[in-house]
Amino acid sequence: MDRAATAQKIAEVIEPFNKKGVALTDATTFAGDLEWDSLTVMDFVAAIEDEFDIIISMNQQAEIETYGQLIDAVTKLQG
Amino acid sequence: MTDLFSKFDPLIEQRRALLDTGVTDPFNLVMERVLSPTRAICNGRETILLGTYNYMGMTFDPDVIAAGKQALDEFGSGTTGSRVLNGTYAGHKLCEDALKEFYGMDHAMVFSTGYQANLGIISTIAGKGDYIVLDIDSHASIWDGCKMGDAEVVPFKHNDIVAMEKRLKRIPEGAGKLVVLEGVYSMLGDIAPLKEMIKVAKDNGAMVLVDEAHSMGFIGPNGRGVAEEQGCLDDVDFVIGTFSKSVGTVGGFCVSNHPKFEIMRLVCRPYVFTASLPPSVVHTAATSIRKLMHAGDKRAHLWENSRTLHKALRDKGFQLGTEEAQSAIIAVIMPDLERGAMMWEALLREGLYVNLARPPATPANMTLLRCSLCAEHSAEQVQTIIGMFERAGKAVGII
Ligand SMILES: Cc1ncc(COP(=O)(O)O)c(C=O)c1O
Repeated sequence: MDRAATAQKIAEVIEPFNKKGVALTDATTFAGDLEWDSLTVMDFVAAIEDEFDIIISMNQQAEIETYGQLIDAVTKLQG
Repeated sequence: MTDLFSKFDPLIEQRRALLDTGVTDPFNLVMERVLSPTRAICNGRETILLGTYNYMGMTFDPDVIAAGKQALDEFGSGTTGSRVLNGTYAGHKLCEDALKEFYGMDHAMVFSTGYQANLGIISTIAGKGDYIVLDIDSHASIWDGCKMGDAEVVPFKHNDIVAMEKRLKRIPEGAGKLVVLEGVYSMLGDIAPLKEMIKVAKDNGAMVLVDEAHSMGFIGPNGRGVAEEQGCLDDVDFVIGTFSKSVGTVGGFCVSNHPKFEIMRLVCRPYVFTASLPPSVVHTAATSIRKLMHAGDKRAHLWENSRTLHKALRDKGFQLGTEEAQSAIIAVIMPDLERGAMMWEALLREGLYVNLARPPATPANMTLLRCSLCAEHSAEQVQTIIGMFERAGKAVGII
């Protein structure tokens, strides 16, 4: 799956977690802009993992702060 | 002023706001005198203890105390050294022998705390390129062990067998895998479906570590824990445990049947680079562990206490962490931190000590009043406790 298609799917997974309807750009941060706490992050990561059938380990999660970084990481993890 | 402490400002503010409401600080209680495993003097008042991990009431056992006193006389107050240098005394070996017998396993390694046992074993056996798959509600010492090592860390939803299996199957071919589970989860007092989970782990080529800190001594036919109770202890590669709960002193351990286990003593840094337990502690622990092998009556009474309290609190309208009593921990769910602290204080005024637990130690941001029962609580004490809960719960408006 290319970056655009991956981004499209991620946006769908984010939808129910984006309670305030924040507009997403590559620079949108999960902790700051979306105001997710650690529990929401855990649930969201599990949803992304299941959608793409990948693992995003805690080690990799530490490097992902923005929507753009997540798209890049998931694109790469799908190999 | 901003400095390295600025990151704690939100917590300092939360604490100030809580204390400004006038409640007693729930995290600053002093036990002025301890009368027995179930009674102490707090704030000058006799208090029933319902928030210790003294499940089997071994802290005042006469044989245990005598063993400690004798060790102080014969071996002195401390070892002043690491287990691998001058810090292994006869008592440490006695302790490891008692553990091997208790669990029916080939190897036992005693650490200075249970925290260090998790820290050391997990960080040492799972290295770079390996994967650790663990329950999201794992104890802090498990998370810290993961963080200290170089393995990839993959959490899954609490007790969710399917979520665990999916993650195991996604791990790249050839990578080493460690699954980390607990027998009893100490916040809600619920147990894990270890039999099913361990089967999935083994089918996917993983080694299995189970932390049985809160089950030792009273769950399972021989008190070996939840894995023994569910008939899957033989498939557990490493059991982690502690002396700070049922054993009634301080210390931690790992038992295993792995043929190469002894090498851990040389490569496990939280074992090597810290002083060993004092002689009095290891002699009390060894004596206590041996007594726990023959504690069937106490075990039965502890279960009766736990079931009685659980049923009564549920019937009175409290919201509890589990449907039925699954362990000696009963978690009473509070609507929020403020009312949790009020209820905690109301109980203390009644003469009852319980543990107040709050995020981030708790799952799903819950505030909990955690009650843990002791085999030495009498049936009458349990009835007294139920009355205290009812009065405090009504006064605070929780029931
Ligand atoms: C599940 C679990 N593992 C490990 C520990 C650590 O034990 P210790 O008190 O010996 O450090 C605890 C207790 O705090 C625990 O609850």
